[in-house]
Amino acid sequence: MALTKRIIPCIDVDLDEDGNPAVYTGVNFEDLKYTGDPVEMAKAYNESGADEFVFLDITASAEGRETMLDVVERVADEVFIPLTVGGGIRTTDDIKETLRAGADKVSITTGALERPELVNEGAKAFGSQCIVISVDARRRFDEEGEHYVEVDGESCWFECTKKGGREGTGIDVLEWAAEAESRGAGELFVNSIDKDGTKDGYDLPLTEAVCETVDTPVIASSGCGGPEDMYDVFTEAGADAGLAASIFHFDEHSIEETKEYLDEQGVPVRL
Amino acid sequence: MSTVSSDQTQSLASVVVVDYGLGNLRSVTRGLERAGADVEITDDPAAFEAADGVVLPGVGAFREGVENADPLREDLLAVADSGTPLFGICLGMQMLLTTSEEGDNDGESAVQGLDLVPGTNVRFADGQKVPHMGWNELEVEREHPLVEGIDGNYAYFVHSYYAVPDDEHATVATTDYEREFPSIVANEEGNVFGTQFHPEKSGETGLQILRNFVEICTQR
Repeated sequence: MALTKRIIPCIDVDLDEDGNPAVYTGVNFEDLKYTGDPVEMAKAYNESGADEFVFLDITASAEGRETMLDVVERVADEVFIPLTVGGGIRTTDDIKETLRAGADKVSITTGALERPELVNEGAKAFGSQCIVISVDARRRFDEEGEHYVEVDGESCWFECTKKGGREGTGIDVLEWAAEAESRGAGELFVNSIDKDGTKDGYDLPLTEAVCETVDTPVIASSGCGGPEDMYDVFTEAGADAGLAASIFHFDEHSIEETKEYLDEQGVPVRL
Repeated sequence: MSTVSSDQTQSLASVVVVDYGLGNLRSVTRGLERAGADVEITDDPAAFEAADGVVLPGVGAFREGVENADPLREDLLAVADSGTPLFGICLGMQMLLTTSEEGDNDGESAVQGLDLVPGTNVRFADGQKVPHMGWNELEVEREHPLVEGIDGNYAYFVHSYYAVPDDEHATVATTDYEREFPSIVANEEGNVFGTQFHPEKSGETGLQILRNFVEICTQR
């Protein structure tokens, strides 16, 4: 056997009206609906055969961050698989606090786009293995990109966005992926604004293009509607891990069922 | 109060996790507690002596690890010499060997590991995806109480170098990542051992290994 493909459930955690942490699941980064308690969900996923667990803090406030570090601690105490925590990380102190709370890796999006040195600093201080650079990519069918990919018969490039796709940066995802890797990123987490919440499959051209650009492991995210989509992203796009939220949260598919399907198709997974 | 955070009502062994300024000590501590140990995180050599077992954790670079742990070198050697179980995890395992290609670069002088399992740590080949990151299978090569019930199970790895012990018999389990490499090593006496993977992040398989370790500690 060899290294297996990883199946990773992800929770987006915000504060509810009473200030308590709660998991929300959305469509196209919008229309969030309440899904559950983060610690209970983490516990359940730990026992369900998940290979890793991703916790994204989607609160924007400073007081939210304090609460979230406390939740990360409680989640870390329940999870005996690798834990990645992202959301609002902008400084090496943020990285340190998050790792100290029990995260094994941090996922950084905007903080690294705005100040790329953060990647070098984080990798030097804590090791590349814990620095995950996350991109929220959006397809653009205009002349402003650097690397073009064929999608449904049309040529497009992928732009790095901020604020869940609400703000463009003009930065080409493939340029940024290569730069992040050379600065010391240990993994790349590839989200697609176009596919998020659609359940009609991962953005395969995007994932494939990133996998061809970098040597570090690539985690595909956004759009997973079931085990078949995981199969496609592993075999066609070359992803090392597949992330999903809603299909697992709402019990449409279990992790076990997903892995059994992949195993039957000859994809190496941890059963 | 219910004891939801622990499967055990009383601890079976007192275990020291060596704090030399590196690594995520929280998760290894939680894992050991879940396995039934009473855990103390410390850099006090007196505590090493009193413990039923000592864990040398670690993430990061070999040179930095060895240099950070250097003030404790004699104390760790004394632990091994006394027959107390000494368990190195990831970088902590690599530090049980004699040296590493990682510490020996850019004209800097080579740094010496603990030499408790003679050998060297080498880098995966060029052209291979490094780090070797993710879940991979353990193939048990010989008997050791640490690997009771884990043959063929999966464990979580993150590393770019792997151990090559001088004595083939030091290899307890191997893993295949384009080449077969030792994923668990042990010394001849059997009380010094290490895993390249992170048992505290390897789900039920990892907890089984930690329970085996606690069992080894109680039998001293």
